[in-house]
Amino acid sequence: MDSALLIHRLQFAFTITYHYLFPQLTMGLAPLIVVLKTIELKTGDERYGAAARFWAKIFGINFVVGVVTGIPMEFQFGTNWSHFSRYAGGVIGQTLAMEGCFAFFLESTFLGLFLYGEKRLSKRMHWFASLMVFLGSWMSGYFIVATDAWMQHPVGYERATNGSLQLKSFWDLVLNPWAWWQYAHNMSGTVITGAFVIGAVGAFYLLSQKHVEEGRIFVKVGIIAALLVSVFQVVPTGDAQGRMLARNQPVTLAAMEALWQTQPGAPLVILGQPDVANKRIDNPIVVPKMLSFLTWRSWSAEVKGLDSVPKEDWPENIPLLYYAYHIMVGLGTVFIAVTGLACILLWRRKLYESRWMLWILLLMFPFPYIANTAGWMTAEIGRQPWLVYGLMRTVDGYSKMVSAGNGWFSFLGFAGMYTVLSVLFLFLVRREIEHGPEPVISPKLRKQIEAIPLAPVEVR
Amino acid sequence: MSTIWFMIVAVMVAIYVILDGFDLGAGAVHLFIARTDEERRMVIRAIGPVWDGNEVWLLAAGGTLYFAFPLLYASSFSGFYLPLMMVLWLLMLRAIGIEFRTHIEQGVWKGFFDTIFGVSSILLAIFFGAALGNVVRGVPLNADGYFFEPLWTNWRVGAQNGILDWYTVLCGVVALVTLVVHGSLYLATKTQNELNVRARKVASWFWPVQVLLTIFSLIATVYAVPHVLENYSKWPVGYLVPAIVIGSLAYMYFAHSRGQEKDAFLASCTYIIGMLVGAAFALYPNVLPASTGPVLSLTIYNTAAGAHGLSVGLVWWTIGMILAAVYFVFVYRMFRGKVRLEDSDHGY
Repeated sequence: MDSALLIHRLQFAFTITYHYLFPQLTMGLAPLIVVLKTIELKTGDERYGAAARFWAKIFGINFVVGVVTGIPMEFQFGTNWSHFSRYAGGVIGQTLAMEGCFAFFLESTFLGLFLYGEKRLSKRMHWFASLMVFLGSWMSGYFIVATDAWMQHPVGYERATNGSLQLKSFWDLVLNPWAWWQYAHNMSGTVITGAFVIGAVGAFYLLSQKHVEEGRIFVKVGIIAALLVSVFQVVPTGDAQGRMLARNQPVTLAAMEALWQTQPGAPLVILGQPDVANKRIDNPIVVPKMLSFLTWRSWSAEVKGLDSVPKEDWPENIPLLYYAYHIMVGLGTVFIAVTGLACILLWRRKLYESRWMLWILLLMFPFPYIANTAGWMTAEIGRQPWLVYGLMRTVDGYSKMVSAGNGWFSFLGFAGMYTVLSVLFLFLVRREIEHGPEPVISPKLRKQIEAIPLAPVEVR
Repeated sequence: MSTIWFMIVAVMVAIYVILDGFDLGAGAVHLFIARTDEERRMVIRAIGPVWDGNEVWLLAAGGTLYFAFPLLYASSFSGFYLPLMMVLWLLMLRAIGIEFRTHIEQGVWKGFFDTIFGVSSILLAIFFGAALGNVVRGVPLNADGYFFEPLWTNWRVGAQNGILDWYTVLCGVVALVTLVVHGSLYLATKTQNELNVRARKVASWFWPVQVLLTIFSLIATVYAVPHVLENYSKWPVGYLVPAIVIGSLAYMYFAHSRGQEKDAFLASCTYIIGMLVGAAFALYPNVLPASTGPVLSLTIYNTAAGAHGLSVGLVWWTIGMILAAVYFVFVYRMFRGKVRLEDSDHGY
């Protein structure tokens, strides 16, 4: 590979992978904070208000890192991928500019109100601010996914006289059917991260016998939410994406499954190591005919293999693509199993005493991050060798005027900067978790205090 | 249609410079005028609830530039590769300087983040000024509409420019001084007591410097880039712009000496708009002039996106801006008036 191309790809891969560790928690926590705020508003139970305040603090730290690592993403379209931007900017510039004009303004305004305005705003207004932060962050997600969906499945464009692409239909671009499923799948992935993180912090409190009341709320809200979205992640969203791939990017699906030959009744590979040179899978564990059934709903349907297209159109890194995809699917299965079991224990009222389960919930928190990252790697490595599927190859998209040496300069700069950010982030979040939610006087206790006659007790 | 989008992008850049300009300026003087921890908290609080929203204008303007003039975005961002990467790092440092400072009540921790905040604000002001200087001066575009500038070559204005030469450095210094005054005037409207006195003093000291530099930079621009006057002689109404610039400087002085802090701040806003409009007026219809010969210049015509995209964009852009204006009015009203440390519901 051309060394300049390599460094431009490496820098984008690194900066976007690192960046996405933060927005996934932002987008995943936002709706759960709204849930906590809603329960507080409906029941008047201040423990939920305290829980929302606690998560808002972590949300705030996480948001800052998400914002500062997000700015380079928009810049890099121009700095590192200028040929791509010149070619496709007339189309995807739309969604990216709309993200700025609609989502970012909304988000930044209401985040300030939400984090710092609780005492200035009424309860209802503060709830509304949390709702708007949720809406802003999810809108931002849609515009980004719509941009990526266009690169996966270009629609609504036409060729201009100068060879670049221009917008033909705004609604085709914004309502790209590829974007709907990708968005649904991606967003439930973010809630999986949010829910597992909440559950893990709750489990940590229960195991260490600190903040036990809040720990129970966190575990309960976390596992119920995680179970719901983990199921949604497989059916219908994951399933629909697989079938969409089979129809529109058959070679990507073949590479994900390491399916070398086109065949009827294709098997689903559960485990095994792909050997690209010899076109086989070592140590395979497969379910016969399953892939045909999943993609075409028929046990004997023909599924296209890698041999259906010339080798230059294969994704270049088939093993990495294969593993990214299998890790994502494998972890998704584990999530359903773990949260399903935890919900049964909760229903049987045994969960808070089952230390082994709390340990599992605590140790689970890194895995949704891994699954989300693996999912995006599947989408992006699977699109290769194309930058815009079927229209522009990655090798034609980078900034030809920016040499490899300048690319390495900025890549190493980002690596250093992000190391510092990681240290600060972990340090500050650890402090918040250590500190825990502010103690709240429960409504029952408050009633008892208020019932004490003649004593001028002031609550709070 | 491309002319409309040229104006829209120019307006968005101007709004960005005015809004983020005052928090950059506040950052630039932060280390010098705020001495105690309380005073530093007041500075951070004066910009705390709004700086993030202000910076969104940079992203929104960038996104708008991207979709309206894709080739300009592609060419300028890759050509200014090195300084833009440094701008990104500085923006990151500045944001964590503001946001992480108050998480820990400890002198060393706070001092560290104050320094990061102050230094990165100063450097960003210089970088943005130098960037504008590059655009006015022109860059060595090739026949494909691309270029790549090293950070510096021989510091002279010529065909083989670097990012930095005497002219762009001068622009950087002008930007820094302008934002120092702008930020100090903003802080003067938001603070009381000693901090207020010091902010006003800084504005008084730097005002004459700003006047001298403005005159000097206008002369230098005409000397280094003689063709900037073409549009002015074509449409003499353009000479109103320098008149506005000088008038706003004069009004800034009078309002400031009479203690009308808000008026002085508004005059500074007008000055900034005047300088930017003057530059945009001189450039039009070029958006990135070529130092390698005028035929290679990027103009609004050869860089604009397709007609359909531009007209659709006008619809959603208008809606988006109305919403943004509503949010901004709301937030600025909510946090209006002088900063007081007592209402401690604020996190900074």
